[in-house]
Amino acid sequence: MTDSVHREERTTGAEGVLITSADLAGGGVRGDDPDIRGKFGVFGGRYVPEALIPALDEVAAEYEKAKTDLGFIREFDHLLRTYAGRPTTITEVPRFAEQAGGARLLLKREDLTHTGAHKINNVLGQALLTKRLGKTRVIAETGAGQHGVATATAAALMGLECVIYMGAVDCERQALNVARMKLLGATVVPVTNGSQTLKDAINEAFRDWVTNVDRTHYLFGTVAGPHPFPEIVRDFARIIGVEARRQVLELTGRLPDAVAAAVGGGSNAIGIFHAFLDDENVQLHGYEAGGRGAENGEHALTLTKGSIGVLHGSRTYVLQDEEGQTIESHSISAGLDYPGVGPEHAWLKDSGRAVYHGVTDAEAMEAFSLLARTEGIIPAIESSHALAGALKLGRELGPEATILVNLSGRGDKDMGTAMKYFNL
Amino acid sequence: MTTLQTVFEKARAENRSALVGYLPAGFPSKDGAVAAATAMVEAGCDVIEIGLPYSDPLMDGPTIQDAVHRSLLNGTRISDVMRTVEGVAASGAATLVMTYWNPVDRYGAERFARDLASAGGAGTITPDLTPEESGPWLAASKEAGIDTVFLVAPSSPDERISRVASCCTGFVYAASLMGVTGARESVGSAAEGLVKRTRSHTSLPVCVGLGVGNGRQAAEVAAYADGVIVGSAFIRRLLDAPDEKTGLAEVRELAYELARGVRR
Repeated sequence: MTDSVHREERTTGAEGVLITSADLAGGGVRGDDPDIRGKFGVFGGRYVPEALIPALDEVAAEYEKAKTDLGFIREFDHLLRTYAGRPTTITEVPRFAEQAGGARLLLKREDLTHTGAHKINNVLGQALLTKRLGKTRVIAETGAGQHGVATATAAALMGLECVIYMGAVDCERQALNVARMKLLGATVVPVTNGSQTLKDAINEAFRDWVTNVDRTHYLFGTVAGPHPFPEIVRDFARIIGVEARRQVLELTGRLPDAVAAAVGGGSNAIGIFHAFLDDENVQLHGYEAGGRGAENGEHALTLTKGSIGVLHGSRTYVLQDEEGQTIESHSISAGLDYPGVGPEHAWLKDSGRAVYHGVTDAEAMEAFSLLARTEGIIPAIESSHALAGALKLGRELGPEATILVNLSGRGDKDMGTAMKYFNL
Repeated sequence: MTTLQTVFEKARAENRSALVGYLPAGFPSKDGAVAAATAMVEAGCDVIEIGLPYSDPLMDGPTIQDAVHRSLLNGTRISDVMRTVEGVAASGAATLVMTYWNPVDRYGAERFARDLASAGGAGTITPDLTPEESGPWLAASKEAGIDTVFLVAPSSPDERISRVASCCTGFVYAASLMGVTGARESVGSAAEGLVKRTRSHTSLPVCVGLGVGNGRQAAEVAAYADGVIVGSAFIRRLLDAPDEKTGLAEVRELAYELARGVRR
């Protein structure tokens, strides 16, 4: 195990993460920060136009203050409890687990939060930060529309102007979420350049930010992008793992043998992994979108098939050709359809602390339908990648194993895809 | 090879600002880019920036995005960029490559610097490479004997300007406004102040880019900057022309107008 090395590296410059009441209730674990330049080992950093550096510095400085400010922490805590619906429960799924070699499967129910996905944790934290920064407008990118809906929700709650950039292709395949964002008072801008998907929406959001930075916060949706976004988004998402760790201990009397999560940009996975980083005997497994299969090139296997490069302001694993041009990803799940990944995942992969695998569209859709039929829970297709991974992992680890799975979102938004896929 | 130092010395001797023109390699075609850049030099551009087309140009506005997208569809590769530099450098202009960082990172910093120097390139402009991450690139460029140009922006506080300028050789690129590339009605009012602030941290020439599109604006900027950078306005001419030949004539016409501007 390379964990001791890993631990040593990631404490460089550490000043600790944001500690919520959930940490305190659970006897919280020590957190870790990227170093002063926002590096996780060789990953992370800032590769952005100089014009944005002052804004990133401003966000980083304000967050440093906020995370130890009791007033800020209380407000965030309060919103998580009374608005987002935390803590979310864990649910044991024995009928589903019959297909997992008899291993015990526990689902962390982020699907039960307000707006139906883990994204709400991050947006509430960043919307509060936006107000502290004295800014009145938020912008965000969205792929499936979940982060867009969550951002529009937080903006409505806090009276912020909200503009969402969404690839024109995604606008079409997620029309329902476009309508939700509009109803919440956001302006949705379809992005028609490049591949017209999530990566182009991020490019366009950066262009808006550099133009309107004096009154605008870029409410970044995942643990990728330039420093300090990977750290901030992780800190607002890590309550998932903090709660789950305590809940599993209470239910089973011990820690799980493994934690499983889907990885696109990686925020739900970091959110549930982070509280377990120091628990050396707990395996961490991330599942990327294998799309139509690794062989034919139509996938989003950034960590498992990609190479190290720079995308959207951060050094990380990227799907790119031999000249550094980004290769378009493919997944049946719009939320995992991204050719980059958060730098902390790149680091966890290289240090060996977490292991990453691919799950194909077909495997994910099978798990999607199996959970619905055996447990009465319709998961998001994103989360179904983690479920499919957990089925395989259970068969490997055997009937004595307990696996905690992050059910990061609910599947209502995916009904159109499901109808087509299963001929419903 | 013409160096940036020679260019600015010559311009200073003529009591004028230098004119810098931008075009992406492979646009409007591989040979068309060399022809257009050569026309720009013949009409008065002192420096040419050849853009290295990249799939995710997050600093660029719609005009350059469009040109770069077409160039990539034409199959432009880094070897084509180097050939373009070779062709343009032959015209006598100091020739730079403007590139996002990832293609250089992937190609290998040392190899890129070496190949660019052999093609007759004078240096690079790297809009998303921050001083913090620039160590390997500065070393490779120094080794290959090419210049490194970085950007400052109106939002940059003095300590950032000082830090960025200390990484620059050749000149410092001052972005005239907060925003992406593209011609605008007026050049940002922040530009003059930024040039002044930059000068207090460096003895290098300071050139202004973003938003300059005609002779009047070029004259306005030339009054306070050592160089005037124009990109999108040239590309607009090529995009709007019915064929390459007409586009070439339009580009030459615009370069004349701008060259008169920097001499006013």
